[in-house]
Amino acid sequence: MTAIQPHLPILIVLLPLAAALVSAFFRRGAGAWALAMGVSALLPWMAGTMLWTVVRSGEPLSYALGGWAPPWGIEYRVDVLNAFVLTLVTAVGAVIMPYARRSVAREVHEHQQAWFYTMYLLCLTGLLGIAVTGDAFNAFVFLEISSLSTYVLIALGRDRRAVLSSFQYLIMGTIGATFYVIGIGLLYLVTGTLNMADLGARLGPAYATYPRPVLTALAFVVVGVCLKLALFPLHVWLPGAYASAPSVATTFLAGTATKVALYLLVRLLFTVFGIGITFRALPMTAVLLVLAVAGMVLASFSAAMQRDAKRLLAYSSVAQIGYVTFGIGLANANGLTGGLVHLANHAVIKTTLFLALGAVYYRIGSVRLEHLAGIGRVMPWTMATFVVGGLGLIGVPGTAGFISKWYLALGAIDAGLWPLAFVLVITSFLAVVYVGRVVEVAYFHEPSGPARDATDPPWSMLVSMLAAAGATIYFGFDTRATAEVAGMAARLLLGGRE
Amino acid sequence: MPAFTPELLAVGALVLPALAAAALPLCRRVPNVREAITLTAGGGLALLVWTLAPLVIAGARPEVAFGRLLPGIELGLKVEPLGMLFGLVAGSLWIVNSVYSIGYMRANGEPRQTTYYVCFAVAISATMGVAFAANLVTLFLFYEALTLSTYPLVTHARTPAAMASGRRYLGVLLGTSMVLFLPAIALTYTLAGRQDFVPGGILAGTAGAGVLGALLALYVFGIGKVAVMPFHVWLPAAMVAPTPVSALLHAVAVVKAGVFTLLKVVVAIFGLGALSGGVTSGWLLYVAATTVLLASAIALAQDNLKRRLAYSTISQLSYVALAAALFTPVAAEGAALHIACHAVAKITLFFAAGSIYTASHKTEVSQLDGIGRRMPWTMSAFAIGALGMIGLPPAAGFLSKWFMLQAGMQGRQWTAVAVIVVSTALNAAYFLPIVYRAFFVPEREPAADAGGHRPHPGHGEAPWPMVVALTTTAALTVVLFFRPDVPLALARQILEP
Amino acid sequence: MKSFQTFVETYNYLVTVFLMVAGLYVVIARGNMIKKLIGLSLFQTSVYLLYLAPAKIDGGTAPILDAAYTVYSNPLPHVLILTAIVVGVATLALGLALVVRVHEAYGTIDEDEIFAESEEP
Repeated sequence: MTAIQPHLPILIVLLPLAAALVSAFFRRGAGAWALAMGVSALLPWMAGTMLWTVVRSGEPLSYALGGWAPPWGIEYRVDVLNAFVLTLVTAVGAVIMPYARRSVAREVHEHQQAWFYTMYLLCLTGLLGIAVTGDAFNAFVFLEISSLSTYVLIALGRDRRAVLSSFQYLIMGTIGATFYVIGIGLLYLVTGTLNMADLGARLGPAYATYPRPVLTALAFVVVGVCLKLALFPLHVWLPGAYASAPSVATTFLAGTATKVALYLLVRLLFTVFGIGITFRALPMTAVLLVLAVAGMVLASFSAAMQRDAKRLLAYSSVAQIGYVTFGIGLANANGLTGGLVHLANHAVIKTTLFLALGAVYYRIGSVRLEHLAGIGRVMPWTMATFVVGGLGLIGVPGTAGFISKWYLALGAIDAGLWPLAFVLVITSFLAVVYVGRVVEVAYFHEPSGPARDATDPPWSMLVSMLAAAGATIYFGFDTRATAEVAGMAARLLLGGRE
Repeated sequence: MPAFTPELLAVGALVLPALAAAALPLCRRVPNVREAITLTAGGGLALLVWTLAPLVIAGARPEVAFGRLLPGIELGLKVEPLGMLFGLVAGSLWIVNSVYSIGYMRANGEPRQTTYYVCFAVAISATMGVAFAANLVTLFLFYEALTLSTYPLVTHARTPAAMASGRRYLGVLLGTSMVLFLPAIALTYTLAGRQDFVPGGILAGTAGAGVLGALLALYVFGIGKVAVMPFHVWLPAAMVAPTPVSALLHAVAVVKAGVFTLLKVVVAIFGLGALSGGVTSGWLLYVAATTVLLASAIALAQDNLKRRLAYSTISQLSYVALAAALFTPVAAEGAALHIACHAVAKITLFFAAGSIYTASHKTEVSQLDGIGRRMPWTMSAFAIGALGMIGLPPAAGFLSKWFMLQAGMQGRQWTAVAVIVVSTALNAAYFLPIVYRAFFVPEREPAADAGGHRPHPGHGEAPWPMVVALTTTAALTVVLFFRPDVPLALARQILEP
Repeated sequence: MKSFQTFVETYNYLVTVFLMVAGLYVVIARGNMIKKLIGLSLFQTSVYLLYLAPAKIDGGTAPILDAAYTVYSNPLPHVLILTAIVVGVATLALGLALVVRVHEAYGTIDEDEIFAESEEP
């Protein structure tokens, strides 16, 4: 184990990549699933080990690819922030995999199931790569790897809208990635380096000499990444994509893809550009806060009006991403901690919710609200996990969601932005409305139509759902892994050079 | 047998109902065993709180730490006199209410009884958590749990009307707690650097009078369970619940959690001294007074018995707010005592209402002529409860009103005195006629009411479990008047550490 | 003249910007999916120019390790752009595959027609 440990940063990317290549040769879904399951089970240990090491020692892990020293070679650099994100992404993947076997078998065409797992592994590779790399262009490469595989994952849905949504996402996602690359290009022109830490060191003086390219680069990069993380108003691809993709794809994406994009944003704003350029030269706080609040409010309202439960949750995701962006925009200790902890908490909560909906789809083939009448009586465990996730979304104390809301509210008060603290809690209250709609239909109406014969899904699916629901409650009480680590990361980011 | 330390008793008060809630679904096919579990747990809880109370009076302040939630936020319990008083009330009345529930649920053939008893037990556990909470976040946790666990109870009937009322209930309570109460807690923590309860308050000197005044407003309106107008609308809506739910939860546990929390915040977060000095707080008196008077006036116009009782509750809750708004120790004692006095009297009234409904299917006041002949026990209990509301001896309500009047006169707060006097008169106006007509006006010809139910011609008393329960609480109301030692001792100590 | 001098010094950037904007315009303004993909490719091409043009250093040669050559043109952007081209090709291929599927499913590849036809859930 000690022999492998220094190589963990690269192995965490190589393992799923190699597995993806092998998986492409499988003809049947079952074999591909087994491979994906095995890899997904192994990865959290690797990420967790890195997190443990970094938290213990306080020093980031650094890995030079090919032995070439940074900043000329590509460096993989793991500090508290990305170890946190790595652990989150791998954990979400691991929780979803047992569930995937039956769900994918139900929702994806026979001959495409092996491809599904191949794309899943590729997406995992891409996301982990973004999180682990310390090189800005390398991040772009992994960004595109994850995006391309995401487009395929979405397109594998049965509904014909899936292909359309995938295409729309492809157009918007590619524009976003290209914006990112333009920004990086401008930065390279000004500083001559692509290493994120090195960029961080050089951009301060570079800004003094070339303010306009640096600010232009910042703008491009932020817009590009915000497209990926579905910040209002660049979120339009998300509802269609989440609603028509296969359930496992939606769950995985909701729990990871936007979170990694948020990580990238944080990394760029705080480590690469630094607080001085980001928040003082540009009114980034104002921009992020306005967009975040708009997203929170408008998306919550949209969610309340949806008739399809998956689209409802998709709009809810846009709102929740607004919360994280809110925390990032506040850029103070409590706010940033709140944003980062909500990154994790929301991943857990949304995973719970989408897994429950996927189980419903598995049994009755629909997630439209009118078809869900009485489903709480016939699928008690499923809807119980949904209720837990819903309570987490609302932010009831005793669930993970409360922790995030607490920090974000404190952050808003610390920044002197009282009214925004109220907006925050009012939009949480809106969550009561849209969660309440689903809960009411599920529990307080009589089962009808296809819902009548439904039962709880098989054990392989239940185990994932219960694990996710359990995590939602667990992280509402034991916050060491989430809030404390987020706090460390926030201090690290804020304490960096101006 | 482990020694029953105060800490164990405190934790036991929370754990016992929770255990019952976990055990009940296992016995859903054997109703008698299920009922036995509820009764045993109820008896156990009553025993626990009555064992703990003398210890607290003697000076024990058991503390139990549950663990750290966040850096700077610990979850835990700390029993002190005010909390003990509330815990005593809720803990003693659960068993009485359970006896009543059994009678009511079985006589009316209510569906989903297991869900009912489970939610009830969870709600009681949450109530004990509110009573014994050591700090604001712990209290908030149990406060929200109380709202959520009572929602299935409010919507028990599952009719469209029940669902609509449930939405209003949840909407107002969750809305006020999330939008106003939670920011208040966050702001308190930001200003004071702590959020635990300390007699004398923790906010002294942390901010200007205006800011603290705004914070007080956030608390007053954010603690929606106090039903201060205009956030009172959930209370009449919740009357759609079965009467035992209305009785304990909305006459005792839920609303009392509200006034208890308000009183605790006033005494242990702000501190009486700060409130009469450096906080813009004079408005509270007028807000409370408005609610007292307006709610009483609306009660006069209600023909539905439960709705009349609901508005009476809203009015009585604001008595506590009114007394708290005087910011003197005597007033605080009166407020605390009123928590107990009002509880026993109100629960009697609700029990009587449910008893009337079960025996005769009558729900309106205008139908109650002569019913005292048929249901002497019920209506006598009702009469005692009414006396408690009005504040006349030998009902316990007299004591708390006396304290509040005294506090008002000592402090020369003539508005408060006037409000108490006027509302007493109003209380008499909407309760005494019911009693009079029940006993002294002959029964009218039975006619089918709107629901098509013909009141049973020869109906007598309600089933015996219900009569036992309501006689017990009526007796308690009188006993509390003559022997108020324990509640009074606790009320006297609420300002001491 | 000053402005002509500026133009000569920066015309590569002007072309870059022109391609960028033209590509984006095509993506937004055209409903036909293949045209959108063409616009996207155009947009991505502008980025290649953005990286490559500044890589040429005045008086620089290819990076040859020899005492005679001291000033090199920067090879790194070429490497980066090779990667970006690959990414662009993959995206285009995937996009075209999706267009084929959309055509199978909807019978048309014009987004406006598709939106008119399909119900919004």
